[in-house]
Amino acid sequence: MIQGSNMAEAHPVGFQWVMEAKARGAKVIHVDPRFTRTSALADQFVPIRVGTDIAFLGGVINHVLQNELDFREYVVAYTNAATILSEDFQDTDDLDGLFSGFDPETRTYDPASWQYADAGQKQEGQGRQQHEEQRETASALQHETHGLNVEGDPPRDPTLQHPRCVYQVLKRHYSRYTPELVERVCGVSQEEFLEVCRAWTEASGRERTTALVYSVGWTQHSVGVQYIRTGAILQLLLGNMGRPGGGIMALRGHASIQGSTDIPTLFNILPGYLPMPNANQHESFQDWIDSVRHPGSKGFWDNAGAYAVNLLKAYWGDAATADNDFCFDYLPRITGDHGTYRTVMDMIDGKVKGYFLLGQNPAVGSAHGRAQRLGMANLDWLVVRDLFEIESATFWKNSPEVETGEIVPEECRTEVFLFPAASHVEKEGTFTQTQRMLQWRTKAVEPPGDARSELWFFYHLGRMVRERLADSTEERDRPLLDLAWDYPLHGEHDEPSAEAVLKEINGYEVATGRPLSSFTEMKDDGSTLGGCWIYTGVYADGVNQAARRKPGREQSYVAPEWGWAWPANRRNLYNRASADPDGNPWSERKRLVWWDPDKGENGEWTGDDVPDFERTKPPTYRPDEGQGGIAAIAGNDPFIMQGDGKGSLFVPQGLIDGPLPTHYEPVESPFRNVLYGQQANPTRKEYDRDDNPMNPSPPELHSDVYPFVFTTSRLTEHHTAGGMSRYLQYLAELQPEMFVEVSPALAAERGLQHGGWCHVVTSRAAIEGRVLVTERLRPLRVDGRTVHTVWLPYHWGSGGFVTGDSANDLLGIALDPNVLIQESKVGTCDVLPGRRPRGRAVLDLVASYKERSGVDVDPGTPIVTVGPDADVHDHRDPVMRKEDGDP
Amino acid sequence: MKPLIGEHSLFGPVDPAAEAGYVDPPARKGFFTDTSVCIGCKACEVACKEWNEIPDDGFSLTGMSYDNTVSLSANTWRHVAFVEQPAAPAAATDGAGTVDLGMPGPPPPTSPEGAQATEELPDFRWLMSSDVCKHCTHAACLDVCPTGSLFRTEFGTVVVQPDICNGCGYCVPACPYGVIERRTGPEGAKNVGIAQKCTLCYDRIGDGQRPACAQACPTESIQYGDVDELRERAKARVEQLHEAGVMDARLYGADPDDGVGGAGAFFLLLDEPEVYGLPPDPVVTTRDLPHMFRRASAAAAALLVGAAVAFAGRRG
Ligand code: SF4
Ligand code: SF4
Ligand code: SF4
Repeated sequence: MIQGSNMAEAHPVGFQWVMEAKARGAKVIHVDPRFTRTSALADQFVPIRVGTDIAFLGGVINHVLQNELDFREYVVAYTNAATILSEDFQDTDDLDGLFSGFDPETRTYDPASWQYADAGQKQEGQGRQQHEEQRETASALQHETHGLNVEGDPPRDPTLQHPRCVYQVLKRHYSRYTPELVERVCGVSQEEFLEVCRAWTEASGRERTTALVYSVGWTQHSVGVQYIRTGAILQLLLGNMGRPGGGIMALRGHASIQGSTDIPTLFNILPGYLPMPNANQHESFQDWIDSVRHPGSKGFWDNAGAYAVNLLKAYWGDAATADNDFCFDYLPRITGDHGTYRTVMDMIDGKVKGYFLLGQNPAVGSAHGRAQRLGMANLDWLVVRDLFEIESATFWKNSPEVETGEIVPEECRTEVFLFPAASHVEKEGTFTQTQRMLQWRTKAVEPPGDARSELWFFYHLGRMVRERLADSTEERDRPLLDLAWDYPLHGEHDEPSAEAVLKEINGYEVATGRPLSSFTEMKDDGSTLGGCWIYTGVYADGVNQAARRKPGREQSYVAPEWGWAWPANRRNLYNRASADPDGNPWSERKRLVWWDPDKGENGEWTGDDVPDFERTKPPTYRPDEGQGGIAAIAGNDPFIMQGDGKGSLFVPQGLIDGPLPTHYEPVESPFRNVLYGQQANPTRKEYDRDDNPMNPSPPELHSDVYPFVFTTSRLTEHHTAGGMSRYLQYLAELQPEMFVEVSPALAAERGLQHGGWCHVVTSRAAIEGRVLVTERLRPLRVDGRTVHTVWLPYHWGSGGFVTGDSANDLLGIALDPNVLIQESKVGTCDVLPGRRPRGRAVLDLVASYKERSGVDVDPGTPIVTVGPDADVHDHRDPVMRKEDGDP
Repeated sequence: MKPLIGEHSLFGPVDPAAEAGYVDPPARKGFFTDTSVCIGCKACEVACKEWNEIPDDGFSLTGMSYDNTVSLSANTWRHVAFVEQPAAPAAATDGAGTVDLGMPGPPPPTSPEGAQATEELPDFRWLMSSDVCKHCTHAACLDVCPTGSLFRTEFGTVVVQPDICNGCGYCVPACPYGVIERRTGPEGAKNVGIAQKCTLCYDRIGDGQRPACAQACPTESIQYGDVDELRERAKARVEQLHEAGVMDARLYGADPDDGVGGAGAFFLLLDEPEVYGLPPDPVVTTRDLPHMFRRASAAAAALLVGAAVAFAGRRG
């Protein structure tokens, strides 16, 4: 199942394995708004209206539950299906699209009523305040990464008959997601939908597994996290998690986006998914650790103290001691939303002085390109390290805003420093790919001229700043001066040793320098240090395990000796679930790890993969009452990072927008939500500002001004924002111009000529491109109407061999509340034939649309659309506007 | 002494390297390009250009689906074709045909009727196929080359030597596939004026390396190896696809009895060759030469002496 992903085009190298699976008889299904090169190779292609995947998957869940097609034994034993929920829980069907605990004022939930029955009474309101903070700091999911915090033993009904058990709640929640509804909301025919249901359920169970693949087509939505949750529920119900050939494959970006979350370039987490301390919540070292550990709870995060100490020791070396809490006070604190979009708004508002861009081209690649460029034009300084002089370094002299006169090159205050960067073949290091596998790269050639690696840049920047401050007695400079900043250098340019960095990340014994082989060796007393606990083992025995290259044909099919995967070189997470509760494989065909009673002293877990379970904990192990931490996980509970050891069908904690995925319309949609009065995600994060207008959607008036749905994505021939492709003639010639794909029907409706020009208008921008009329886009019948989808690649800008307008300029900024990802996969627009107006006239065009749609009066869009507090903007009504004396 | 021109020298099944005079040559090398697994990523096109330092082909959007390099040419030695087609002729009723590839086929989409109910749309296919020089058993380009620039390698492949080619261009109309072409630009590029085409990476395979295009192909759509073995593999693949119900699968260029004596680079297609822009029944343009030779056609004789000298030069 490939959904929300154009795997063949965006991940062609990984797609070879899909082709191999197909050659062995796997059926490949692609569900997507557009027929892509992935669809071309799939056995079945299902066109779907963009932004309706939860309705589609909810339909599949309903099909599974109504027909009892779930893998019952697995579901009862390994998920929280049997767990009984609090009496206070009310579902979206009771509250017209909201869950219990909603406060329309703050648009957050108090999750007290979402808890398991008998869970300790949480104080009213406390949860709501937490949700508010979590939305600001994208920290809600730390519950998810850090496991569900479960105390005591919530009641269970293994017969799944109790009306408040998760299984029954789930069944009721999705009971309205029928094939008829899927057809009405998604535009997918019932026949095609049922064919998907059949294929998915028939290829799941004891003897078979189905893998689910998604990428940013799922994540970049205002309900992005819940999209993936829906997939997770389905895969758990069908018994596809933790089993070979099953699971959920999140295709991460090229080439090390996984690596940049493990060792993050994010404001809210530290390496190994430790939270960035929050000034309001983590006053002491112990507060910080306990916020991860949840003392008294169950699960593997119990050792968080050791992971944190090792990280701090890696940062501050000898200066970090038990007496000073290992320099915990040196860590920066967050106080709220410091995400990339908040930062851009702050740049526009003059609150940000400097900005570093490394391998990132937000002038083209980020949502709302105009805001990105205007923000960057209002800095003191900007450092851009890239292979070419990309648009984020030239926006001040060559950009749409220069054309309109909004940025005047002579007056732009930002000082831009452009540094040439070494490419991936010109530096050594690792990539962490989509399967959490680290692969070492050796340097093939010297970088040309002044081009240098990031490692070189930051090491020497740090060195020079520290030299400047060497004599400082200021307390605030201690964190910098006390850093352990001592990597061996080599070569004529003093390149730091990447392998030494890898060893530090892996961790070692401080006294002897012996590399650790497992994070279980990490101590919380300062005698070991390690920069990212989940990576411990990558340098075991002093050997660079990421550099291993044993061909697949010379080892088992799991190929453990190619590279190294975290954690502990385990290739398949939660693989305890590949065995039944007694520890035997569910089937011979699908065996991966199992309990061998004859191995070791009293039996051991063994198999083709590294077992994701305590090696000697037998399947029969049951914790004593009151036990906490790892000891509280029973021998038949495979989901060891969760507090109850069970896969979460229902998520009582950790999600700001509700414990169960629910269909909401995208923030910009031509349709009213058919299922509930609540139109779109009520808890989403929005920046309600004049420079971030949203196109109106029902129930508001004037959504017809922007009648079409658009979505954007990549082409194989270009790399994201184009910095690595538009500047190379061999790639540029393959897709030499910005184009817009439309169906023959839309072309006819709007008078667009194949090969001619068109322009696309939203309340943010108007951009142009050549028209590609293609049957790969199809109009869909949704809720009794025809809806047209417009597709745009987002690779172009003003630089390189091939130039063009940027599709991301069309987007506004609306974010998922859990992780602050932008809704950049769907918006509404109008399409007109011919080229767009030039100069200031393009602003006039956008303004005329805003006026017609009332966006000029109020840039925001009503968020709560149900109940007495619904705030639909009837003042956009032209009659009301006149009465109000609006212009 | 073996006659200079044997019974199958210009037509019919032969081992081209032995025929060219190599004693005990290595197994004939070639490509089996299985278009049923091609994902249209164009990695082959790019890898070929990188390896062979071929200039770009210009930067213009053609509107021919995702094909912007148009065809094999002096500056594109691997070329990926994209064909958008409705599988069922029912599509004609809603007027939505293929995107215009500039070749014979259904008309481009213009009719507004596509806006009607979507369930009536037929299954749609997007065919992708990576084309290349066929390295013909009987290569007309080579037969007509008067300078000996084009020659048969020990691997049975056909290669241009740019330092010998005088740019006469005889090979260009001789090729029944329209593969070989003289480079006309861009200005400053090397080998301008010289005939250019795929070498089957003569400078790699001699070193035991795979050709660059095959090496880059992520899905093994391009399979490189011994032609005999590849033909077996291709036959098995067609059978497999037929069993799976893909009845359109067929081989193109794999038959040693076809008009060029079988191609060293042959293909598995999912439709008629014309759909991909390939000639349906290519015949080596020099097939009738022996016949004409016997009739002592003066022009043909002159041509052939040149060709024969070229062969003899590399014998033994
Ligand atoms: S395909 Fe054309 S260029 Fe290639 S060997 Fe055959 S005749 Fe020569
Ligand atoms: S074999 Fe070599 S020259 Fe021929 S197409 Fe492939 S890469 Fe190009
Ligand atoms: S590299 Fe392979 S898959 Fe990609 S276009 Fe070429 S033949 Fe097709």
